Amino acid sequence: MRTVRLLGTAALLAATALAALTGSAAADDSTDTPTPTATATGSDAPPTEAGTDFRTATVVDQGVQATASASAGDYLYWQFAADTGQNVTVHATVTFPSTAVRHGPSTWQVDVYDGLRRRQPCRFGVQTATVAADAGSVDLACHLRTIRSWSEPWSNDPLRGTYYVRLTVLDLPQADLGQPVQAAMKATSSGTAGSQAVDGSVAPVVTANGPHVAPAGGWAGTWWSPRWLWTGGGGLLAVALALGAHRLARGPVVPAAPSRPVGYERPREPVGYGD
Amino acid sequence: MIIRKLLAAGSACGLMAALACGLLPATAHAGEPVPGATPKVELVLDVSGSMSAKDIDGQSRMSAAKQAFDDVLDSTPEGVDLGIRTLGANYPGNDRKTGCKDTAQLYPVGQLNRDQAKSAVATLQPTGWTPIGPALLAAAGDIKGGDGTHRLVLITDGEDTCNANPCDVARQIAAEGIDLTIDTLGLIPDAKTRNQLSCIAEATGGTYTTVQHRQQLTTKVKQLVDRSTDTAVTPTATQGAGSCTDAPVLKQGLYSDRETFSENRWYRVQVAPGQELRAAVTVSDDRAVNADYGVLLRGVTLHGREIVRDDESGTGRTDAVSAGIRYPKPDSDDAPAETVCLQVGNSFSAPASVKTEPGLPVELSLDLVPAPHKPSDVAFHGLGRGWWLLGLLAVIGIVAGLLTGWAARWRLTSGRTR
Repeated sequence: MRTVRLLGTAALLAATALAALTGSAAADDSTDTPTPTATATGSDAPPTEAGTDFRTATVVDQGVQATASASAGDYLYWQFAADTGQNVTVHATVTFPSTAVRHGPSTWQVDVYDGLRRRQPCRFGVQTATVAADAGSVDLACHLRTIRSWSEPWSNDPLRGTYYVRLTVLDLPQADLGQPVQAAMKATSSGTAGSQAVDGSVAPVVTANGPHVAPAGGWAGTWWSPRWLWTGGGGLLAVALALGAHRLARGPVVPAAPSRPVGYERPREPVGYGD
Repeated sequence: MIIRKLLAAGSACGLMAALACGLLPATAHAGEPVPGATPKVELVLDVSGSMSAKDIDGQSRMSAAKQAFDDVLDSTPEGVDLGIRTLGANYPGNDRKTGCKDTAQLYPVGQLNRDQAKSAVATLQPTGWTPIGPALLAAAGDIKGGDGTHRLVLITDGEDTCNANPCDVARQIAAEGIDLTIDTLGLIPDAKTRNQLSCIAEATGGTYTTVQHRQQLTTKVKQLVDRSTDTAVTPTATQGAGSCTDAPVLKQGLYSDRETFSENRWYRVQVAPGQELRAAVTVSDDRAVNADYGVLLRGVTLHGREIVRDDESGTGRTDAVSAGIRYPKPDSDDAPAETVCLQVGNSFSAPASVKTEPGLPVELSLDLVPAPHKPSDVAFHGLGRGWWLLGLLAVIGIVAGLLTGWAARWRLTSGRTR
């Protein structure tokens, strides 16, 4: 009986640990990282201008839609901060005003560069798109690799720090050069539940020769990862199962026999006594 | 017994975690804010004869420009030194030589007196030639000096009618070391004008806009004037050498240089132990180049051994190509700072008709930060994750429990324990 109860408790413990683990993992997977507010821009209003090169790239926070009115042919630059463990997606939209007559199809592209100005590949997303002359807008997206806290100096794995976005037209009829367009850019990210957590930490790749770029809450510490939960929960599970299995294998502990003198017998009534 | 052991192990784990937390300081990095300096802007307005054409919202180009200037002067941000220069405003004759010198400063670059500037603009009448090149040269002289940004906004409706190619002039001005951007606006431009204006803009990293409506002109000029107040670090001009031994020694900062086609330039940086060198280089194509191009950045020791490299290549329309490297130098007590040679090369090429001098603009950004914490294990603190880990731990737990349980039962039944 006691064994059964103990086993039940152990199973309950394990289940709780597991639920806590998976629950937290699921939460990490689904919730977007908290959208920070403006830091370097100094105001809460989303930026309405874009820079023209790496040096002048407009600082924008993740989750904030930056807009810019520009001319076809301009190179538009923004920069944002991305922290360890984020899966970043950059969305860009170019809208063409209906007033301007365009003469042919145009090709638009969004490029993402890391803090060392190394071009980052997109895992998926429409990075380059060609639109017809009568299209109203074009949507572009680039889904980056997971941001890491450390990588070999020889690799160009994405490290936490600044990311630059460049939006431009790659190809257009010469007659359409300089025509007004509206551009919008937004960077969003989701967590990875520690599946990509690596050891080591590199100082955020933000150049001192530019604006101060950081997530609103500062850079996340490099000591936390959901891996603590997985490993700790696994340990608890092992302890609970070990206790249960121990009890099961040992069997019930027989309580010590009641303290009666050995060989003591209740006196019987003599037969026929009292007849 | 087993519980006590596990508890001890658990507390040890906790201690380890706490130690790990304490040992890893929260890394922070601060970019210094850029000190504000007075930005200088000069509007360069074409007042040539063709500006009298009435095709902007039914108005003449000149009156559209005047109205736009009125609005822009009203909304010029405080602290911006604004000037106005005209081209083709004074000489109505046919002599090309005289007509090509016809550029004058209408309002000097300085603190803005709006009424004076407006009344000066009001006097303008479409008159003469379109000497864009000389006007740009003179305008560059007007806004020289100061620590702020320098910006020229050229508004014209026609191409240069004089000899000099204004595109080359713009590139020459930019190469003289003035951090200058020229934005161009074409009023109802034809193909030739558009090419020339976009070429001027490209030569200095500026923008080109086609203007069809008056409102568009106003908004754009306002936007460009406002842009001059953007603070960005001004690069320090430097000159790389042909080999590492002659190369200039650079510190943390932003540097600009020029490099002709297929040239390699060398720079040197001192990296102390415990520091990480971060170098990023951007080579801009400020003229027409062939479709395929690339840039190379290498970190090399004094003895010529390559430490780290990055290269980037591309094809098609672009404003710049960039590459970056990191080189962490491990911490050690007595080692001296290491000299790292940086090689910046490019594989741009251009059609034979394109001038190769001055070279392409190079921007080199150098940072020295604390070297990274080196991991002992690829995984995060060596911790595990996932259902396989949980399964393994569960199996270990069960096996350990069963073994100790059986041992305990054996001891019980064999009478070793009461």
